Amino acid sequence: MRAATVVNRRNGYLLAAALLLAAPLVFYPLLLTKVYCFALFACAFNLLIGFAGLVSFGHAAFFGGAGYVGGYALATLGWPVELALAAGTLTGAAMGYVVGLLAIRRKGVYFSMVTLALAQMCYFFYLQAPFTGGEDGLQGIPRGRLLGLVDLSDDLVLYYAVLAIVAAGYALIVRTIHSPFGQVLKAIRENEARAVSLGYDVARYKLLAFVLSTALTGLAGATKALALGFATLTDAHWAMSGMVILMTLIGGMGTFVGPVVGAFVILLLESKLDEIGDFLAELTGIDWFHAFGTSVTMVLGLVFMVCVLAFRRGLVGEWIRWRARPRGKAAGAAAAGGAAGAGNG
Amino acid sequence: MMEIFGVPLPVLWAQLLLGLVNGSFYAMMSLGLAIIFGLLNVINLSHGALYMLGAFFTWMGLNYLGLNYWAMLVLAPLAVALVGVVVERTMLRHLYRLDHMYGLLFMIGLSHFLEGLMRSFYGVSGKSYSAPAALSGATDLGFMIMPNYRGWVVAASLAMCLLTWFVSERPRLGAYLRAGTENPKLVEAFGINVPRMVTLTYGFGVALAGLAGVLAAPVVQVTPMMGANLIVVVFAVVVIGGLNSILGAIVAGLVLGVVESLAGVYYPEASATVVFVIMAIVLMLRPAGLFGREA
Repeated sequence: MRAATVVNRRNGYLLAAALLLAAPLVFYPLLLTKVYCFALFACAFNLLIGFAGLVSFGHAAFFGGAGYVGGYALATLGWPVELALAAGTLTGAAMGYVVGLLAIRRKGVYFSMVTLALAQMCYFFYLQAPFTGGEDGLQGIPRGRLLGLVDLSDDLVLYYAVLAIVAAGYALIVRTIHSPFGQVLKAIRENEARAVSLGYDVARYKLLAFVLSTALTGLAGATKALALGFATLTDAHWAMSGMVILMTLIGGMGTFVGPVVGAFVILLLESKLDEIGDFLAELTGIDWFHAFGTSVTMVLGLVFMVCVLAFRRGLVGEWIRWRARPRGKAAGAAAAGGAAGAGNG
Repeated sequence: MMEIFGVPLPVLWAQLLLGLVNGSFYAMMSLGLAIIFGLLNVINLSHGALYMLGAFFTWMGLNYLGLNYWAMLVLAPLAVALVGVVVERTMLRHLYRLDHMYGLLFMIGLSHFLEGLMRSFYGVSGKSYSAPAALSGATDLGFMIMPNYRGWVVAASLAMCLLTWFVSERPRLGAYLRAGTENPKLVEAFGINVPRMVTLTYGFGVALAGLAGVLAAPVVQVTPMMGANLIVVVFAVVVIGGLNSILGAIVAGLVLGVVESLAGVYYPEASATVVFVIMAIVLMLRPAGLFGREA
C-alpha cells in the first residue's frame, strides 16, 4: 500500500513535469509565464492562509513593491537578472518583516485589517515615490540574460526560466510545510493557546512564516516585472490582494497545487472573459453581456461569492476529497489527517 | 493677516472644515462597521461598495425618477438597507457558523461584484449631481466663508452618529445587542428573535453607509470605485478607534478626518498616509485601539 503510494506520487510528479514542459505547445508561453508568476504569488499567500491560518490582506503591497524594485534594478540600474530578482525577494522579506511585526500583534480579522491598512500606506508611497513612475508605472523593463548566459528575449526561453524559478519557490514551500517548522505552524493554526503552553514562541513562528511568504511574494513580483516588462500600481492595489485570495480559494486553500490551479483558472477566465461575454450576448441578444470584458471584477466577484458559499474546498480540495472518499474506514481517517499532503504535483 | 506656522488663518479654517466633512464620512462609515462587527462578527468589507450604491441610487432617483434630493436622502439609504437585508438573509447568514475568514472573503466578492456591476452600466467616468438649492451658496461666519452644503454634511452626520450612539446605549436595546453577541442561543430562549435582530442590525449598518453616500455625492465624483478607496481609510480609522467601540468609531473618524486635512496643509505628501502612520503607532502602543477593549 505504502510503496504503491510512493510510486503513484513519483508518477504524479513526472506527469506534472511533462505537462508543464509541453504546455507552451497548447497555450501562449507568455500567458503561462504570467500564470506561473501569479501561481508562486498564490502559493506564497497560501503558506499563510492555508497552513498558518493567517489571512493577510496586504500581499499586493509586497508583490507590487518587489516588482518596482526588480524593475528599477533592471531598467535604471542595469543590474543582472539574478541580482534584480534577489533584490525583489529581499524587498518582500524586509517589508514583510516590518508589516508582520505590527500585524501579528492582532489576531483574526484584526490581522487582516492591519495588513490591509499598512498595504494601502505602501500603495500611497508607491504613488508618490520618484522611482516608481507614479501613475504610469515602470515601462519597458529589459529582460536581459539569466546568469549572463541565457538570453531571455525569446518568450519560450523566458517560459522555461520562469518555470524553473517558480518550481524552486514551490519546492521551498512544500519543504517548509513538511518540516518541523511547518508542523508547528499547523499546530498554531489549530490551537494557538496549546502551542503557547507547549513552549513555542508563537509570535516568532508567525513572523517567520510571514516573512517567508512575503519573500516569495517578492520573488513572484520581481519575476513578473521581468517577464511582462512593466510594473504598475495595479499590482500594488488592494484589489490585487483580493485577487490572490480568490486564486487560492478557487484552487483550494491548504493544498499545495490548489493555488497554481486557481491562478491558471482565474487568469484564463480573465483573458477569455470578453469572448465569453460576446458569446453570451449573441446567445441571449442582451447587449449588456458585451460589458463583461471591461468589467472583469463583476464576474470575479460573483465567482468569489459562489466559492465562499458553496465551494469552500476549492477545485483541488474537492478533488482530494473525491479521491479519498471512504472506501474503507482507514481511508477516511487518513484523508482527514493528510488532506493537505495528498496533492500530487 | 494672522498666520499659524506660515498658513493664513482663513485657509486653515477652510481646511479644518474640509477635514470635518471627510471626518463625518469616516465617522458614519466606521460607525456602521462597528455596529455590524459588534453583532455579526463580520467585517463588512462591502461597506465601501454600499456607500457607492447609496450615491448611485441618489443619482438614479434624481435623473430617472425625477425625485428631489430630500426624498432620496431617505429613499437611497432605505434601498441600500434593502440590498443589505437581502444579502444577509440569502447568503451571509449561512456563513456565521464558519471561520470569520469566510465572512471577510464573501464581502470581498460582494464588493467586487457591486462595483463591477455598476461599472458595466456606467463605465469608470464620474457622474455628478449638485447640492439642492436650499443648501447651495455660502454663509459668512465672520472668521471664514462656509459653503452651506459642507456645514449641512457635518451637522447631518454628527446628528446621525449621536442618535445612533444614544440609541445603542439605551439600556434595553443595548443589552439585547450585547447579549445577542455574547450568547445568541440563550437570548433566543428568552423570546427574542435574534436572527431578525441580526438582519435589522446589518440593514441599519449598511443604511448608514448609504446615507454617507448620499451626503458625499455632491462633494465628490460619483463613480463605481468611489467606495473602494474610502473603505481602506475607514478600516484604519476603525482599527485606531477600536473595532468594538461605537463611540471610538465616531471620535476617531472625526479626529482623523481633521488630522488628515491639516497634514495636507503643512506637508501635502503625508496627507494620504498620515492615518496609516497613526494606525501603526496606535497598534504598537494600544493594540486594542484607543477606545477598544481587548477581546
